[in-house]
This record gives sequence, structure tokens and C-alpha cells, in this order.
Amino acid sequence: MIVARAVQVTRRYGEITALDRVNLDLHSGELVGLLGPNGAGKSTLLNLLVGLRRVTTGRVELFGGDPRDPASRRRLGMTPQETGLPPTLRVGEVVDLVSAHYPDPMPRAELLDRFGLTDLVRRQTGGLSGGQRRRLAVALAFVGRPRLVVLDEPTTGLDVTARRDLWDGIRQFHAEGGTVLLSSHYLEEIEELAQRVVVLGRGRVLADDTVDAIRGLSRVRRVNLVAPDLPDLPGVRGVERVDGVTRLLTTDSDQFVRDLVRSGVAFSDLEIRPTSLEDAFLAITSATTPTTAPPVTAETADA
Amino acid sequence: MRLALVHTRYQLLETVRIPIAVIGSTFFPTVSMLFFVVPFSGDDPVVATYATASMVTFAVMSTNIFQYGIGVAEDRAQPWDPYLRTLPAGAAPRFAGRIAAGLAMTLLSLIPVVLVAALATEARVSGPAFLAALGTVVLIAVPFTLMGLAIGYALPSKAATVVAQVIFFPLAVGGGLLFPPGDAPGFITAIAPYLPTRGAVELMWAAVGDFRVNPTSLVMLGVWIVVLAAVAGWAYRRDEGRRFS
Repeated sequence: MIVARAVQVTRRYGEITALDRVNLDLHSGELVGLLGPNGAGKSTLLNLLVGLRRVTTGRVELFGGDPRDPASRRRLGMTPQETGLPPTLRVGEVVDLVSAHYPDPMPRAELLDRFGLTDLVRRQTGGLSGGQRRRLAVALAFVGRPRLVVLDEPTTGLDVTARRDLWDGIRQFHAEGGTVLLSSHYLEEIEELAQRVVVLGRGRVLADDTVDAIRGLSRVRRVNLVAPDLPDLPGVRGVERVDGVTRLLTTDSDQFVRDLVRSGVAFSDLEIRPTSLEDAFLAITSATTPTTAPPVTAETADA
Repeated sequence: MRLALVHTRYQLLETVRIPIAVIGSTFFPTVSMLFFVVPFSGDDPVVATYATASMVTFAVMSTNIFQYGIGVAEDRAQPWDPYLRTLPAGAAPRFAGRIAAGLAMTLLSLIPVVLVAALATEARVSGPAFLAALGTVVLIAVPFTLMGLAIGYALPSKAATVVAQVIFFPLAVGGGLLFPPGDAPGFITAIAPYLPTRGAVELMWAAVGDFRVNPTSLVMLGVWIVVLAAVAGWAYRRDEGRRFS
């Protein structure tokens, strides 16, 4: 069953095209990571799916209905990038206020316990630390016993322990059959949680596949070497010099080595390593010219 | 309806937790009562009653211009409102809650003025007149609510604060709120009927005493309500268009 869907969605803000003919199907029980640099259109896509914004052209659906219709949002929980909790309200009051909007909310005590907020119930949100506030904002997405939660960079500003706790919470929700769509800057987070990754760049879906496939498909390698002066070689990106070591990315390390040797440059300490998803994704986004590149899928990648 | 009440409750809670915000809008009318009405006309029942009605009008105006003008502008700058709109309810319960809470705060802001009048002056009203005054308060809150909403939805919060502070005093003086009925300086008598404060205060005077309302003031009050509603509606839709479309 499809929980949320975007069909050929284009969204413009005046002259700027934030999303360009984006397609996305979110199936029940999936845990999907949405990846992309700032300005890629992640938040715009999420805002369209939760009914905060209107599409310019195309169509979005939430549980088969229009997300702008409140009834479609009954099984949705959302944590926006910023929540701006009312500073004078207490933690318990904020939970009660949000609970009042749902037919069958999770009891307050259970929710607070699940997110480690029990001790803070009487505290005004203005007095919480950034991390505590973020935890509350994420907890609010689960108040209404949702079937889909949309989390826009949920762990921004959390320390390592809090982040791991939150991941456990998300995994638990997913294990119980919940559907999750989360955007993140932490690639570690996507690799840790998601089964499927959608990479957005300049408003287009650049890739939509499993984490493994995305990692493999770009075949990006990180190369370190010591060389006095590197000639201009094809397929090389992100060249930087750290403590005399030249670091770069290449989409074809074999070709790079051949080119390097042929160029006759004196080099030493050549090191080629597989990359993280982050590097792969940087390579994909910078390699794309927005109008011509088709989205990469498992089929095209295998071809 | 139930949700509107929930929002009313939490809006009130948010306001009451910062009591200075409540005291602020009732401060000027209450101080005017203490410094001008009590020493100069406190022992004349008729003058004191009219003066109290003027200060009540003043308080209704300033409370609404400030609470909506600044409150709405500040809320628009916060991501909390958009978050609430991802919940399974439209914008209506929140808006209704804001208006209900605003009316409650308006009535609350009148208490000090009325207390000073009752305890320290000879101002007196009969039971029916008091009820009529109460109804009039709700009625005259309409144009100033709309004015506050227009400011709040049209301007960023810093600008809204300045505009609210700039307009409330001229509206009070220009409308003749600081003078007894029929005893304002000539230029104020000339401009007053064209300000919304005049129609409002004349309705208050008529509610508590034997005052004949000037038709021009009343018609102009109607015109103000229509114009302010149009501006507030335009500003609201423009804001919706910017943030939610």
C-alpha cells in the first residue's frame, strides 16, 4: 500500500524551481532516507507531502487523499526542521495540546517515557537545552499513534548518545510496522537507519535505491597521494591539499591511475579507498547537469 | 469547537505566563484614571462615569492593537504555527482560539480601570447600563481587533511593534478619549468623528449615560470596520500565500 506519493511534482518559488518533476512512492512499512545538500529541495518536498505547501504542477497524495485536507493527516506525525516550541508552555502542556488533535493519542506518560522526557514534564520548553527541545519535537510526531512519520533532520543538534537513543526510537516504531521518511545531513544516520535512499539535488531525484546500491553505483573512490603539482585530469573532483597530501575523489580510479602515470608527475604514497555515502553523494550531485541527467535507478545502474 | 477551546486555553496560558504583557496594555488607561480622572473629576458622578467609559475604550483599543499586532507578527516569525498546521486540523481552531483568548484578555485588562473608577471616584452605572457597557465593549473590540490583525499579518514583528506604539496614542487623543464629551479642543472636535476611536467612545458614553451619538462618528466607525476587515483579510491571505501555498 502506498502511504504517500508525489507524481511529477514541480514547485517554484517565483523564479526559483525548488522541485522539478519529482516522483516518489512511499510504501507502507518502509524506512526511507532523503538525502541532499542544502537547497536541494528536501524540506520543500516534505512540506508538500504534509500539506504545508501547494504543488505548482503535479500531484501529491497522503494516505490516498490531499495532504491539505486535515482528514488525510490523521495518521501522520511530523517533526519539522525547526519547531519553535512556545517557550512559556510546559513540556506536558505541549504534549497535551498536540494530543488534543488526534482521536486516539498515546498517553502522555508513555510518550514521555519512550523519549526519555519524563523528568522534564513540568519544565517550560524555553528552559530546555537545545537537545531536550529537539527530543520533544521528535516525540510530538509520535503522539497521535501515526502510521507515517516525516522527520526533517530529526537529530540536528543532538549529542551522540541522544542521537542513538532517538535512532532506537525510530527503529522501534519501524519494527512495529510504522513508515518513516526522514531527511538528514548525517549520512551516517541514513546508512544506519534507512533501507532506501532518495538523493535529491537541485530539485531533482538523482537516485532512488537501496543504501548498498547507492553506495556501489557511484563507484566513487577517495584518492590520497603526495605530488608536487597535480595536472588537470578528467573525472576528478573535490581536490584539496591537507598537510602536503593531495586528497581527491574520482568516479573511475583505474582511469585516474592510468592518467596519472601517463602525465609523468612524480608522486608517492598513492592510496585508493572506497568512500562513504557522503562522498558518493557529493560526486553524484556535482556531476549532474539538472536538465539532462535522468534519475539513477537500480535498472539503469546495472546496465 | 472543542479544539478551539483547547487553543483558547493554551493561548491564555501563554499570555498569563508573561504577566507584564497584560499589565502593559492596561497600564496607560489605569494611570490616566489615577492621575487625571481621580483628582480632577472624581467627585462629579457624570463626568467621572464618562471619563471611565473613555478609559475603558482606551484600554479596549490598546489591548487589541498590541495583543494582535505584536502577537500575530511574532507568531508568524515562529515555526510553531506551521507545525500546528501539520496536525489533523485546519487553521480555524487556532484562529478562533486566538480571538476568544483575545476577548478574554480585553475584559481582563478593563478590571483595573473599572476598579479604580468604582473605588476612587463617584462614577456609577446601573445594572442594565453595566451590561450594555459590557456588550458595547465586545462590539467596539471588533474594529481594534481587525486593526491589530491587519498590523500583525501585514508587518514583520519589529515593524508591528513600532506601528502599534505610534498609532495608539494619536488615536486616543484624536478621538477625544482624553476629554469629556463636548469639551475637546476645536481641532480634535473636527477630526474626531473620522477616527474609529470616536464612534467607539460615543457608543460607550451612550451605554453608560445620557449621551446622543453623532451619526457621522457612527457611520465612520462602520466604514473603519469595513476597511479594516478588508485590510486584515488581504494581509491574512497574503501571509497564507507566502507561508502556506
